[in-house]
Amino acid sequence: MTQPLTIEGLVGDRKRRRRERRVKSLFVLAGLVSIAISVAIVVSLAGEAWSFLSQVELSELFTVGWFPRRGLFDIPTLLIATTIIAGIGMIVAIPLGLGTASYLAEYATPRARRWLKPTIEVLAGIPSVVLGFWALTFISPEVVSRIFTSAKPFTMMAAGLGVGVLITPLVATVSEDAMRSVPRELREASYGLGADRATTVRRVVFPAALSGIVASMILALSRAIGETMIVFMAAGAVGGALRTWDPLDPGQTMTAAIASLATGSDQVAGEGLAFQSLFFVGLLLFLITLALNSVSNRFVRKYREQY
Amino acid sequence: MTDSIDLVSDTDAETGKSGTRDPTPTPRVSGRPRVTGGTPNDANKVIIDFKDVDVYYGDFHAVDSVTVPVREKEITAFIGPSGCGKSTVLRSINRMNDLIESARVEGTITYHGVDLYAPGVDPVEVRRHIGMVFQKPNPFPKSIYENIAFGPKIAGFKGNMDDLVEESLLRAALWNEVKDRLTETALALSGGQQQRLCIARAIATSPDVLLMDEPASALDPIATLRIEDLMYELKQDYTIIIVTHNMQQAARVSDRTAFFSVDVNEGRRTGRLVEFTETAKIFTSPQQRETEDYITGRFG
Ligand SMILES: Nc1ncnc2c1ncn2[C@@H]1O[C@H](COP(=O)(O)OP(=O)(O)OP(=O)(O)O)[C@@H](O)[C@H]1O
Ligand SMILES: [Mg+2]
Repeated sequence: MTQPLTIEGLVGDRKRRRRERRVKSLFVLAGLVSIAISVAIVVSLAGEAWSFLSQVELSELFTVGWFPRRGLFDIPTLLIATTIIAGIGMIVAIPLGLGTASYLAEYATPRARRWLKPTIEVLAGIPSVVLGFWALTFISPEVVSRIFTSAKPFTMMAAGLGVGVLITPLVATVSEDAMRSVPRELREASYGLGADRATTVRRVVFPAALSGIVASMILALSRAIGETMIVFMAAGAVGGALRTWDPLDPGQTMTAAIASLATGSDQVAGEGLAFQSLFFVGLLLFLITLALNSVSNRFVRKYREQY
Repeated sequence: MTDSIDLVSDTDAETGKSGTRDPTPTPRVSGRPRVTGGTPNDANKVIIDFKDVDVYYGDFHAVDSVTVPVREKEITAFIGPSGCGKSTVLRSINRMNDLIESARVEGTITYHGVDLYAPGVDPVEVRRHIGMVFQKPNPFPKSIYENIAFGPKIAGFKGNMDDLVEESLLRAALWNEVKDRLTETALALSGGQQQRLCIARAIATSPDVLLMDEPASALDPIATLRIEDLMYELKQDYTIIIVTHNMQQAARVSDRTAFFSVDVNEGRRTGRLVEFTETAKIFTSPQQRETEDYITGRFG
């Protein structure tokens, strides 16, 4: 410290600076590669989808059902089935997930939470093929067929319930995080005014955590729409499906439609209109989930800004 | 005000310590705070009575054997060094400690003669009688109006809510500042306004007792004085217990003061009541050396 400081003292180590530049360019490269992959996917999707659209009449997209090998490309069939199954899933997951989240965040003793939280996280990690199998062998015969005697053996109902089980942990954990991050001061304010627990949860914690809760639901919805395996295995439609609004019928979602046609062993792979139709469906799916995710991102951002 | 002056001079005459009082109102770093408020009256009924109250957090003995009678329509101040258990004792009155799983209260705290911890006593009901204002202003992220209406609504208030909101805000000396923006979010208010809103919110449920845990600690001197004025107002109808770190504040507003201290024992700190008496006495002629040291600023 006694020596006067010269400019050399502040220039630093040349080698270190060169290393930093190298590391930085490595990261930039990684970023560029992942962007390039995403762009490539979107471009190929859009290209093939466009090629499909230019080969079919608009009226061919609205017929009686989705049977691509027979040249029936009824898009509403897939959209309706997707809506029904995701809808049933949400009807199951919202009350169950929010109930679980409220219990964990507000009622459970720390001991109970220590057990329950990991259990729910394990549930969230169950591969969807396992849930699909369970929906096929348990929900269909033991639940749906018993409650709705008129139901077909394999139904969108069974698949929807399976999807509900799949997304419940997502709603529960994300909502619970949102509820737990509501400041303790707000809870104390509520209790201090003579509110009981139920009132505090309903009128203080829920509204304060609302955007996080909504975000959890949108995430769950986009997961439900994108879910393939359960629907593919349990919804009962193999080659295609008729357009129907009845959840007790078999049905095919957008994802299942792609999966059931684009398996490696299938002759369709690689060529033909049927194959190209899948790109169109894929593009639709991509746009829908993209829209949902950006809505959810907006909510999450807003939720970060609160209190 | 005449009363209080009389009382202070009485006390001085009694103890022969009148010369120790600082005649100028300028605040000092150390030395005795001037006692200006206070109208303690032994004819006032004891409303909350602590008898040998101990509070534990798990096996941590936080507060030892507190005995304090709190009288109706008086302001009782809890003072003492940080960590001596003032908040703990305060929160044991309206059973806020029930929210902390490890907390346990021993001894008896009665309210109008009823044991607050008797089986069957509902903490929710207790809190409707004994309101609380917290150290940090904690308005709900709702409108100003909804903040005030929250308590009455959940208690099933049937009257005219608009009137009640106005009246509560008037009493908390906030009405003029917010009357044109009742539907705006309470979070847009300044810290001092938020704290007055919290006071308005607490009195809107018309409690009987108001607990205030350092209500002015986050406020500037002007906002602090307004809150003190407000407490003076409220004293007509409410019993107030205030925790404060500010000796001047205790001396200015309270009728009686409880001084707590903390004993360090094998690294564990246990709070203890050192002295409880009329504010004028505690600031002019404390009976305990510890109290004297603390109020004159010679503490630790
Ligand atoms: N939730 C809790 N769990 C465990 N210990 C606690 C809890 N709250 C407070 N304590 C402990 O109890 C003792 C008294 O705390 P308390 O908050 O009552 O002190 P205080 O006098 O209000 O202090 P301050 O003036 O700093 O607010 C402290 O040692 C504190 O660490
Ligand atoms: Mg405190």
